[in-house]
This record gives sequence, structure tokens and C-alpha cells, in this order.
Amino acid sequence: MDRREFMTGAMALAGSVAMPALARAQQAAEISFFYPVAVGGPITKLIDAYASGFAGENAGIKVNPIYAGTYQETIVKALTAHKSGTPPVLSVLLSTDMFTLIDEDAIVPFDQFVKTDEDKKWLASFFPGFMENSQTGGKTWGIPFQRSTVVLYWNKELFKEAGLDPETPPKTWAEQLAFAQKLTKRDAAGNVTQWGIQIPSSGFPYWLFQGLSTQAGAILANAAGDKTDYANPAVVEALQYWVDLAQKHKVHPTGIVEWGTTPRDFFERKVAMMWTTTGNLTNVRSNAKFPFGVGLLPAGKRLGSPTGGGNFYISKKASKAEQEAAFKFVRWITTPERAAQWSIDTGYVAVRPDSYETAAMKKYAAEFPPALVARDQLPHAVAELSTHENQRVTKALNDGLQAALTGTKAPQKAMEDAQAEAERILKPYR
Amino acid sequence: MNTRATATLHGWLLLLPAMACLALFTHWPAVASFIDSFYSTPRGRRPARFIGLDNYQQMLADPIFWKAMSNNLWFALGTVPTSIALALLMAVWVNDRILARTWVRMAYFTPTVLPMIAVANIWLFFFTPQYGLLEQIVAFFGGRSTNWLGSQDTALYAVTIVAIWKEAGFFMIFYLAALQTIPPSLGEAAAIEGASRWTYFRRIQFPLLMPTTLFVLINAMINAFRMVDHLFVMTRGGPDNATTLLLYYIYQVGFSFWDTAYAAALTCVLLALLALIAFIQYGWLERRTHYR
Repeated sequence: MDRREFMTGAMALAGSVAMPALARAQQAAEISFFYPVAVGGPITKLIDAYASGFAGENAGIKVNPIYAGTYQETIVKALTAHKSGTPPVLSVLLSTDMFTLIDEDAIVPFDQFVKTDEDKKWLASFFPGFMENSQTGGKTWGIPFQRSTVVLYWNKELFKEAGLDPETPPKTWAEQLAFAQKLTKRDAAGNVTQWGIQIPSSGFPYWLFQGLSTQAGAILANAAGDKTDYANPAVVEALQYWVDLAQKHKVHPTGIVEWGTTPRDFFERKVAMMWTTTGNLTNVRSNAKFPFGVGLLPAGKRLGSPTGGGNFYISKKASKAEQEAAFKFVRWITTPERAAQWSIDTGYVAVRPDSYETAAMKKYAAEFPPALVARDQLPHAVAELSTHENQRVTKALNDGLQAALTGTKAPQKAMEDAQAEAERILKPYR
Repeated sequence: MNTRATATLHGWLLLLPAMACLALFTHWPAVASFIDSFYSTPRGRRPARFIGLDNYQQMLADPIFWKAMSNNLWFALGTVPTSIALALLMAVWVNDRILARTWVRMAYFTPTVLPMIAVANIWLFFFTPQYGLLEQIVAFFGGRSTNWLGSQDTALYAVTIVAIWKEAGFFMIFYLAALQTIPPSLGEAAAIEGASRWTYFRRIQFPLLMPTTLFVLINAMINAFRMVDHLFVMTRGGPDNATTLLLYYIYQVGFSFWDTAYAAALTCVLLALLALIAFIQYGWLERRTHYR
């Protein structure tokens, strides 16, 4: 962040404290917009360009983007501001924080702004997979924007070396294991020099695990967000498969696999297949020194992957005029053309199917077909695990997964413990 | 009488800015946390209500709290003596006339200057399985590959080592300053008497350094409970809470779970613990310290 950016940030912050009274007096809406970006760079420039583009078309509304750090830092800032009385009018926060934000009474549903038929058509235009994390109790609380999903990346060179067809990724769990066995290499002393597959398990293992559990036919939490199903036999089966990859078949590193270094392992040819977010597409494209493929996650009983990423939320404490202005901005930025361009520029998934019919996206997909994999997977995608007291309930699962992966608990026991803890936390919400 | 009153007034006025800051940013939050710890967490439309000792009872039944406490104990036991011993050793060494003394001193001090998050990212690479620095060294000697941060047996040691590495250089500076206040005549006298290097250190240098050791000890203890930045980058408390330290857990409860009341109760426990440590050290250890 250079000093100028810091100054505008500081001024915007000061503005968000001092301005509301003034703004209301002038009847011109100035909306503060918290956006989760940890460091400066291309994304801040894009968002700034959107904000000024919007201001150009809508006199009287000014959008002030405030770059608030990681998702975690952004929600801390947004909720602290909410508690002190002057929250940002608009913010992009994790879709899974929906229940937390509702419980804190911090956001308003979008339904009250949706009036015309055109508005209704717009609301219905998003991928249903993304809306699962944006709606509860018959209301829409968030609008998908910066969204992603988990996909499989594979190294075509290593596939060729192992005698596999470099163009065909594994389609099922059994194939995934068989391929990984062929792709695991050991030196004379028995040390592994190249792993078959890596599924990261640090920090938020639940997200990648949700790929496995969905494929095994389980849904981890209900839509009301007040009941989890961690001890379902299908969930245990999914965890057993993951643990077996490492401990029984030895084609996956044992212990915890770091999320952050997994792409690096892939670039260094230390692993032939990895599961990670579509958000890494641009990273892999610019850093992999070998041809690589991107595919759907292999199927267990069915295909499946969780969605992830951030939604737009509108603050409850903002004035009516500010909320309307924020809604206008959200509508403006999620048109098919803009959603397509955003996806091309950042690597995030375009949030609506008709974005993929735009000329710009068609041209991009012709140059770089992996960009379409996320779209193809979305019909099979499920909501990212999200409940009331989300982070606490999720942590119960994370701890159980890590205990099983590090070998301190058997999968069955780990999932039973996690379920018991989640029950304890969620009981008051039913 | 009048002048004395004026002097008192002046004294208080001079103290006021510092006092106000201290009260506003340290004392009041501490008191507020203490009060909050007896209330439930306010959520949306449900305001906080008085619940007495419920938060503390919850703590007693919370396995992660106990895990964090025991982790913190091991972390303190791992970091405090080792970093002090290392600091002393380095200080005694770079206090002598050695080749490129300034460079060596600077090299030792560098870890202190680097921000912890940057440091943690560097160490993340050191600990990376397969091609990390540590792995390459181990592999060179024919050792087996270890997932240092990804195994419950080694993760806490790994983050402890980072803390030692980070702290030792900082404490060295204090020892170095103290060593330079020891009159050279003592060393010359010892040399004439034919005392060995070790005797000179044990009988002269170390006792004279005791006040510094006390100061460093207090700081090291406080840091053992305060240094959690690297956890955010390296392990996020995992695997399965194997590296969760008390302060990290407080952050998690407060700002991830938004259970502010429980976080306040945990904070009170941490405060009480630190107060106890400071009390023991200043009240008891200090009396046994040489100032000769």
C-alpha cells in the first residue's frame, strides 16, 4: 500500500465516521464499501474502476471502496463498526458469514429492494449453487460476487511419464486412487519424491473435505443452519477415504497438508494432482512450467464440490437512501457483461450462467478452456458449510478432521466427537 | 504551603497525559473486560445479561482452553530458558574481540527487527515437507522426511523454535549492554589470578548480570504468553489445536466466534496469570538478585 492509498483509506475511514450526517443533509448518497483485499494490486484497481464507472453513470451516488484486509479482518472491522453504530453501507464478506450477520442483526434482506419484474429476473439469474449460501428462511440476504469452487489440477507431463493419458483426469474415487498410485514415486531408500495427490488440510480443511463428503452423498448442514450431520456414515466413509489415501495407500502426504504451499508443491513437481480453489487458476497459469489440466473433482456416489467466496451484504443500520443506493450499485456490477469481465480479470467464477454466453467470455474460453471447468461443476455444487455460530461449528469439524488425518482419532470417533460439539453449540438455535 | 500545593499540582499535571492514556487504553479495558466476563454475550436483539460465573464454569469444562493452557506452559518452558541461555552465550561471545564483530552482532539482532509475519512466512518454507530447507538438510544426511508443522508431535516444537530464534537476539542486546558496564579491571584481575574463562564467567560476569537476567526473564515470560503472530501464518492453531496458545484462542473466541463475553473471561485468566508471574518475579526473585 503506498502512502496515497493509505491517505485515501484513512480519509474514507474518517469520512465514514463524519460523513453520514452531512450526506443525509445533502440528500446525496455516499456509500462506504468494505472490500476484502489484503494487499494492493490488480483487484483494488479493478474495484476502483468499477466505483468511478458507477459514479459516472449515476450522479448523486458515490461509492467509496475501503480495502479492509483478509475476509477475517474485514468481518472483524465491519462487525465492530456495526456495534459502534456506523457500519459500512455495503460490504463483501464470506457467504458463510450469513447466519452470523443475521444473528448480529447487522444486515437487511435484498427482497425489500426487489420491486420491478426486471429486478426479480435479475435475482433469479444467479447460479442456484451460489444462492444456497445466500438465502435462508425464504429471504435473500446476500448477492454472490467473488465466488469460487474446488477443482482438480493435474500435471500432464507427470501423467505421461506414468503412462497415463495426459488429457484424461480421474473420473471416480477408484480412478483417483489408481492414478495416484501410478503417480507416486519413491527413491531407493523408500522416501517419496513425488506424491500422487494432495488435498490441503490446514486452516479450513472442512472446505476441501466438503468435496469428499458431498461426493459420498452427505450434506453437512441443513438449510436453516441449525443442524449438522457430521456423524452420518457417508461422512465417515469420505473421511476414511481421505485418511486411507495417506495412511493405507501412501499416495498422499501424511499429517496436515498446508493449503498455502500446495500450489508450490505442484509447481515443483512434488505432487501430480492437487485439489484447490478455482481462485488459483491465474496463479497456476502463470507459474506452472508444464502443461496442466483442470477438471471436475472425481465422483464418489455422485459429483460434488462446495462453493466458496464472498457475497454482497447491505447494512441494516444504514439509512434507507444509502441502502437503495447500495442496491443500485450491486445490480449495476452484477450484469452479465460485468460479471464476465470480472471473472476474466480475476479468475473467480462468473456468478450467473448468462455471463458465459457473452462475447468476451466466449473469446476468453476459446483461448483458455479451463476457465469453463468451474461452470461445468456448478450444477453439482452444494452450499459451503454454514450454520449459526458458523466459525465455532466449523472449527468442531476442522478439529475432528485434523485429528483423524494426524492419526490421533479414528474417523468414526472423530466425526462423532465433532457432531456432539456441534449439537451442543447449535441446540439454542432450534 | 502554597508553593508545595503548586508543586503537587504541577506534578500531577505533568503526569496527566501519560496517566490518561494508560487509564483509557490499559486500565479501563482491563476493568471493562473483567465486568463483561460476568455477563452473557449480547447478540443482535438479545442484550447482555448478568450470568455470574457461568463463563468461568464453561472455561473449566472447555477442553480447548485446557489444551491451550498446557500448550502455553510447554511453549513457555521451551522458549524462556533456551532463549535466555542463547542470548547470554551470544552476548558473551560478541562482547569479545572477534573477527567482524559488528557483523556478527547485526546478524544476531536481525531476527528481532524483522516483522513476525514475514519471519513466519520464511520459516513456513524452512519447515515445508520435501523441498523445505530443513528437509533438504535432513535428506542430505539420509534422514526420513517429516511433516514438521503437519504432525501433532512436532508442530508445537516447530513454533517454539521460531519464537526462540526471534527472541534470543533481542535479549542479547540487553546482555551486551550490561556486559559493557562490567569494569575491564575485573577481567584483568581475574587473568592475573589465573582464573579460567569459565570461572570468570561463573563467579564474576554471571552474578553481575543478574539484574539484567531478571529483566530479561520477565520479558521472556510475558512474551511466552504474548507471541502468537506466527501462529496465524504457520499453523492457525492446528493440527487439532496442537499449537493453540492462550492468546490465539482468545482471539479466535473473540473475533471468529464473536463470543465476546467468554473471550473477556479468558482475558481475565490471562491477565491474572501475567500478574502472578510479575508478582513472583518482582516480589520474590528480585530480593535474591545480586546488586553488588
